[in-house]
Amino acid sequence: MQIHVKVNGVDYTHDVEPRMLLVHYLRDVVRLTGTHVGCDTSICGACTIHLNNQPTKSCTVFAVQADGCEITTVEGLAGEELHPLQEGFNEKHGLQCGFCTPGIIMTMADFLDHNENPSEEEIRHALKGHLCRCTGYHNIIKSVQYAADKKKQSTTQTQEVPV
Amino acid sequence: MSAPNGSNGDGRLIGKSIKRVEDKRFITGKGKYTDDIILHGQTYAHFVRSPYAHARILNVDTSEARNMPGVIAIYTGADVAALNGVPCGWQVNFKNGDTMKEPKHPLLVADKARHVGDAVAVVIAESRNQAKEAALAVMVDYEELPPIVNAAEAVKPNAPQVHDDAPNNTCFDWELGNPKEEVDQAMAAAAHVTTLEFINQRMVPNAIEPRCYNASYDETSEKYTLYTSTQNPHVIRLLMCAFVLGIPEHKVRVVGPDVGGGFGSKIFHYTEEALLTYLSKQVKRPIKWTSERTESFLTDAHGRDHISKAEMGFDQDGKVLALRVKTYANLGAYLSTFGPCVPTYLHGTLLQGLYTTPKINVDVTGVFTNTTPVDAYRGAGRPEATYLLERIFDLAALEMGVDPAELRFKNFIPPFDGVNEPGYQTQVALQYDSGNYHGVLEKGLEMLGYEDFRRQQKEAAHNGKLLGVGFSTYIEACGIAPSAVVGSLGARAGLFEVGQVRVQPTGKVSVFTGSHSHGQGHETTFAQVVADKLGIPMDDVDIIHGDSDTVAFGMGTYGSRSLAVGGSAIMRSIDKIVEKGKKIAAHKLEASADDIEFDHGKFTVKGTDKALSFGDIALTAYVPHVYPADLEPGLDFSSFYDPTNFTYPFGCHIAVVEVDKDTGAVTLKRFIAVDDVGNIINPMIVEGQIHGGIAQGVGQAMFEGAEYDEDGQLINASYMDYCMPRADDLPMFETAHQVTPCPHNPLGVKGAGEAGTIGSTPAVVNAVIDALWSGGHKVKDVRMPMTSERVWRAMQTSSSSY
Repeated sequence: MQIHVKVNGVDYTHDVEPRMLLVHYLRDVVRLTGTHVGCDTSICGACTIHLNNQPTKSCTVFAVQADGCEITTVEGLAGEELHPLQEGFNEKHGLQCGFCTPGIIMTMADFLDHNENPSEEEIRHALKGHLCRCTGYHNIIKSVQYAADKKKQSTTQTQEVPV
Repeated sequence: MSAPNGSNGDGRLIGKSIKRVEDKRFITGKGKYTDDIILHGQTYAHFVRSPYAHARILNVDTSEARNMPGVIAIYTGADVAALNGVPCGWQVNFKNGDTMKEPKHPLLVADKARHVGDAVAVVIAESRNQAKEAALAVMVDYEELPPIVNAAEAVKPNAPQVHDDAPNNTCFDWELGNPKEEVDQAMAAAAHVTTLEFINQRMVPNAIEPRCYNASYDETSEKYTLYTSTQNPHVIRLLMCAFVLGIPEHKVRVVGPDVGGGFGSKIFHYTEEALLTYLSKQVKRPIKWTSERTESFLTDAHGRDHISKAEMGFDQDGKVLALRVKTYANLGAYLSTFGPCVPTYLHGTLLQGLYTTPKINVDVTGVFTNTTPVDAYRGAGRPEATYLLERIFDLAALEMGVDPAELRFKNFIPPFDGVNEPGYQTQVALQYDSGNYHGVLEKGLEMLGYEDFRRQQKEAAHNGKLLGVGFSTYIEACGIAPSAVVGSLGARAGLFEVGQVRVQPTGKVSVFTGSHSHGQGHETTFAQVVADKLGIPMDDVDIIHGDSDTVAFGMGTYGSRSLAVGGSAIMRSIDKIVEKGKKIAAHKLEASADDIEFDHGKFTVKGTDKALSFGDIALTAYVPHVYPADLEPGLDFSSFYDPTNFTYPFGCHIAVVEVDKDTGAVTLKRFIAVDDVGNIINPMIVEGQIHGGIAQGVGQAMFEGAEYDEDGQLINASYMDYCMPRADDLPMFETAHQVTPCPHNPLGVKGAGEAGTIGSTPAVVNAVIDALWSGGHKVKDVRMPMTSERVWRAMQTSSSSY
C-alpha cells in the first residue's frame, strides 16, 4: 500500500506492506534509527514518537495507519539548539546506554508542553509508560526538572520582550 | 549543552563531574546500535525454537518453508552438527578432583531440545517478516520428555536427565573454606545459631536493547565481519575463531558498536553469533538477526537462581563463630561462557563478607535443568553471597534481640589500608586490598537518623503502621582479574586489559581501549584521565573502543573492571609517553632526561624556566629533525595491564519501607547508600552507576523474577508479565561516598558498576522483615520478589511466639 507521511518536516511516499509496523518503517525505510524497539508489546516506550503531536508507541501502529499523518521523531526534536530536555539529560546525566532515552524524551516533551511546573510525583507518573534499566530514574527526574526550569526561564524571557 | 571541557581553572579533570561527551549522539537519536546497521545485500534470520522444555526431535520438515516468498536458505541442527558448540570459559572441578561435566552446547540442536527456546533451525530470508513467516512453516516433530526445572530436585535419583553425559544432572559439586568438620565443631559450640533456608530467585537481565547480530563475509579479502551487541568484542572473536568455527582470527573483525545495556547478559558468546558468522559465507550475503523480546527472555543468559541453606553460629557476646552454606545452583540447560564460576568463585569466595568469621565452609552443587542457561547478571555471585550474609545478620539480630548495626560493628574486620597494614586474608581464598568498614555504616546511620527512626517505628507500630529498616553492609571482588589467580581457580582466559595511547603529530590524542562502554561513560571518564595526566584539554582526547580491527586486543567490560584494569592499562601507556617525551625534551633542551619534569602539559628542566609544551614534543616525535639518535620516532604506546589482585569495593545500604498491614503492599520510603569504590574520577558517573544498580537490586527484592511452571515454560517471558521497577516505584536515592583508595592500581580505583545491585537487595528484604517484626509478625523470610500477596500471607501465617 502506498502511504504519504511527513516525518520531521519532510514528505515521504512509500509502498509498504500492510503488516509493516510504523517503527520498522521509520527505522528501516526512512532510516531514522533514533526510535528503538525494546519490547514489541508497548511496555518499554523506547519506540515513542509524536504522531500528529500525540506521543505514540510506534511499535503498536502499522505504517499504513500513519498515512497522511505528521510524525516527529527524536531526530526532529531539536531546532537550531537542543531541546531543553536534550540539554537536561546531558546536564543531569539522565542517560547511560541511551537506548530508552529517545522515547522518554519524546514523551516528556509532550508532558512538559502540558505541565510547565511538574512535581516529582507527576514526573514519575508521566514516566510510567517507559522502562529504563540503567539509571534507576533518579537522574531522569532531575533532567526533566532541569528542562522544566529551562522552559520556564525562556518563556519568562520571551514575555519580557516588548512586542 | 555546557562544554565538556573542564580544563579551565586548576587544569585538573580527575574528580570532577564532567558532562558526558557521548551523550550528544544518544539524545539526538544518532547513536549507532547493531540493529541500526543495514548492510548492502542485507538478509534477515529468524530462528525456529523449541516450544517444549525437554523434547526429542524426531523430524524437521523444511519443504514448505523453503518455497515461501523471500526465503534464501534454511539450516537445521543436522546441517551444522559437525561444528563445535560454544565453549565454556571456566572450569570448576568436583570435590574429588574430577573435571566438571561439560556437555556440548550446539549452534542448533539436532537430537533433543533442552529448554524452551532452544534453537532447532534458522531461516534466512530477504526481509524479517518473510523469515519469520517461513520459520512458522518449518514443521518439527517433537517427542515430549518430562522436564526438570528445580535444581534441588534435579539431583535426586529418577529425575529426568538433561544430558546423558551428566549423571544426576550434576555439573560439579564443589566446596571452599575450612574443612567441614572444623566448621561443624565451631557451630556446635555456638550459643545461638541462625538458620535461613531461602531462594535467590532467577533474574532476567533485560537490557532494553535486545541482542542483535549482523554477520557478513567478503570473498575477496576472505574476511568475516560481525557486528554484535556485546560487552567484549575481542573475547567473542577469540572464542568464535579458536573454539567454535576454527576460522583464522586475523580474518575476522568483530565490532561492538553502541550497545544498549548489558548487565552481564552481553558478555557471553552466544550460539547465534557463531552460527550467523558461519552462514554468512554459505549464503554469500550479510545476515542480521534481532532478538524479539520474548526470544530474549528465553535465550539471553539469566542470573542468580540459588537454593540455599545457611547457618551462622554466634557466641554469647554476638561474635560470629562459624558459617556453613549449602547451595544448589541452577546452571540451566547448558554451560554459558562463565556459568560455572558465578556460584563458585564469585560467590563462595565472598562469604567472609566484612566480618571476622573464623570458620567458613561453603558447598555448592552446580546443576543442569531444562531452563535457559544461567550466567553472570550484574554482580554475579557477589549479590548472592551478600544476600545470604546480610539476611542472616539482620535475622540473627532480631532473633537474639540485639541491634543489627551493633551486631555488625562487633563483627567487622578492623580498618586496614593495604599499605601500612597488610591486606586481610579471608577463610575463602581472597585477600582484601583495603577497607574501613566501620566508616560506611557509621555514615549510613547518621544519614538515616537511626535513633529517630527507631522512635518513629515504635510510634508507627503503636498507630497500626508497619515501618521497617534493613541494613546491608557488603563487599565485592571487582577489577576482574589477576590472570594467574583466576587461572589457578579455573579460568580459561587471561583477564588483563589493553590500553593504547596514540599521540598524533599535532598533540591530539587517540586512545584505544579493549574495555567496552555500553552506558558506563568510558568516552568521558577515560578521556578525563588521559587529559588530566597529560595536561591537555579533554577535547583533544578521543576514546576508541569496540572494534577488533582498531583496538589491538581487549577483554571487555564486566566485573566492574573497566577503570581498575582498562584505566590502568591506559595509565601504563601514559607513563611510557611521558618517559619518551622527557628524552625528546632533554635532547632539545640540552639537558639530562633525569632533569626533565613533566607537569600540566609541560616538560621543564628542573629549576629553570626552560620548557617545551606537550604539543612541541608530539610534533618533534613525528618531525624528528632535532632528535636523539637512539630513539625511534613517533609517540604511540600500547600496554597490557594485568592486576595483582582483585579490588574490593564495599559499602552500607539502608532501606526504609512501609508495609500496608491490610494488603501486604510494600512501599520503599527511603534508600541510603554509602559506597566506598576507592578513588573517584567522575562523581556524576559513579552516582549514576550506583543509582541504576540500586534499582536493579530493589527490582529483585520487590518486583522481578523468572517464573517457570512445572512444564518448564517461562510463564512471564514478556515485559507485560515480568515486572521491573518503574519510575513511580522508587524514591530519590540518598547517596554518599567514603574513599579508601585501592593500594595496587595506579588510579587507586575499585570499580562502581555492580555495587548498587550487590548491596541493595538484602537491605530491602531486611526492612520488610523488620517492619513485620515491629507489628509482632515474627517471620524468618518472605520469598523474593516480595509481592503484596507474599507479604500478606507471611503476616497471616506468622507466629508471634517465634
